Amino acid sequence: MSDLRDLYQELIVDHSKSPRNFRAITDANREADGYNPLCGDKLRLYLKINDEGVIEDAAFKGSGCAISTASASMMTAMLKGQTKQQAENLFETFHTLVTRPLDDQAHAGIGLGKMAVFAGVNEYPARVKCATLPWHTLKNALADTHEAAKTE
Amino acid sequence: MTAHENTAVAVALDVEALRKDFPALDQQVHGKPLAYLDSAASAQTPRAVVEAIESFYYNDRANVHRGVHELSQRATARYEDARLTAQRFINAASDQEVIWVRGATEGINLVAASWGRANVGEGDEVVISALEHHSNIVPWQMLCDERGAKLQVIPMNERGELIIEEFEKLLNDRTKLVAVNHVSNALGTINPVERIIEKAHAVGALVLLDGAQAAPHIAVDVRALDCDFYVFSGHKVFGPTGIGILFGKQALLEAMPPYQGGGDMILTVSFEKTVYNELPYKFEAGTPNIADAIGLGAALDYLTAVGLDRIAAYEANLLAYAADKVGSIDGVRLIGTAREKASVLSFEIEGVHPHDAGTILDRAGVAIRAGHHCAQPVMDFFGVPATVRASLAFYNTREEIDRLAEAVVQAKELFG
Repeated sequence: MSDLRDLYQELIVDHSKSPRNFRAITDANREADGYNPLCGDKLRLYLKINDEGVIEDAAFKGSGCAISTASASMMTAMLKGQTKQQAENLFETFHTLVTRPLDDQAHAGIGLGKMAVFAGVNEYPARVKCATLPWHTLKNALADTHEAAKTE
Repeated sequence: MTAHENTAVAVALDVEALRKDFPALDQQVHGKPLAYLDSAASAQTPRAVVEAIESFYYNDRANVHRGVHELSQRATARYEDARLTAQRFINAASDQEVIWVRGATEGINLVAASWGRANVGEGDEVVISALEHHSNIVPWQMLCDERGAKLQVIPMNERGELIIEEFEKLLNDRTKLVAVNHVSNALGTINPVERIIEKAHAVGALVLLDGAQAAPHIAVDVRALDCDFYVFSGHKVFGPTGIGILFGKQALLEAMPPYQGGGDMILTVSFEKTVYNELPYKFEAGTPNIADAIGLGAALDYLTAVGLDRIAAYEANLLAYAADKVGSIDGVRLIGTAREKASVLSFEIEGVHPHDAGTILDRAGVAIRAGHHCAQPVMDFFGVPATVRASLAFYNTREEIDRLAEAVVQAKELFG
């Protein structure tokens, strides 16, 4: 049970059970879908970016496992007030956090705030795709590609 | 005879002794003894199968049906002996009716491409069921799209049983083929295939049975069933991956055009004309998967020695125990509660997504499958994105079911 708690930290369980920003943004100017067909996780990400390139609002809808839901919930909370460039940097930082070997984690996750709790995913290679799906969806939304993101 | 009726007459299996034949079962996963409850995805392999393959590679390795030298003769003899074993296993009338394929999926694709293109035309109908694996949906969709034919689907009820009255309404003189699974992979439902075959034949339609989930659990007799085609995969009957069986009635196979062209499937070739080989070689182009065919033969011998009636009785008892043990946990909903079932326990846990359950159970050493089981229409019917599926084989024990139940409770607590 104790090692499972490294993955399913209280904060992750809490966000998975009551996801924040779980709604559509009717006047969003960026939208993207994320879909992992093999496992069925599905989300739509909404962003409202102002003329200065600052994300004013971020929200999502969809269904998925606890890891992908919590990741989307915490990500959308974190994005508000960030510039597009800052959001792209966060993508890189998060990606490094969940994919880098544990013994090489000294500086990983710095700047991610509470999202650093996802460091535990690292030990569960089969679940990295769940944690990163919302982030790859963010990347597509920022690039305005109109392509569904997929991480499996 | 159903598994339940067998219980009284069957001699109990010595499961602890049989488990010793499967080295992979004896290991720790994440510091816990492995409870392998994913045999419907792929079963474990007994030593006898690995030894049969090893002795082929170490002693008899050569191509088949070609050389006059000793090794080629031996390789051919072992390869054809394995075919005879497969013939006996399903009680086919002749070894010419037994075609080696890569697995159930290739068997279905062979029938769709060869028999289907020659016999299904515009306005004709192919009937499948709501319980099918994608491999028994997509080849028929492709065929129907190509030929302008119509795909009909037998509906099921809330227990996950096919509604036979609705099936009968779908049958008409345009129905060319009925393709259904013998046992559902997602829910474990044993379909009433005898009735399905009788009704289909009454309108002149042929029947293909996908036996991938039936062959490891139920004695299959293609002559008693009177099915026209039957397919199953080696890796689900404790044999190697990448090998399987297509059975077809001889007259049908003889009338069918080849599936692939190449060596072995011909008698003579010139640039003007090729004369095809006789059955079963007409459908076995190129050097076949010799080693794994021999391995599958060994697996079928092993299964026959254990006894399918005894296996069915033991598993029915274990499945009932599992349904009771897991089904009585607060917040667990069993998905698929057919009156006739084999091997599969599919369920959802309130508040726990199946993939999270999969990870939590894995950490407890319990291997299950979390997902849609390549049967998305079944998931849609029950309104779930995925299920947790525990699937049993004769080497599983009540102690392993208890550990599954404990891990389910643990998963609930983690998200409680």
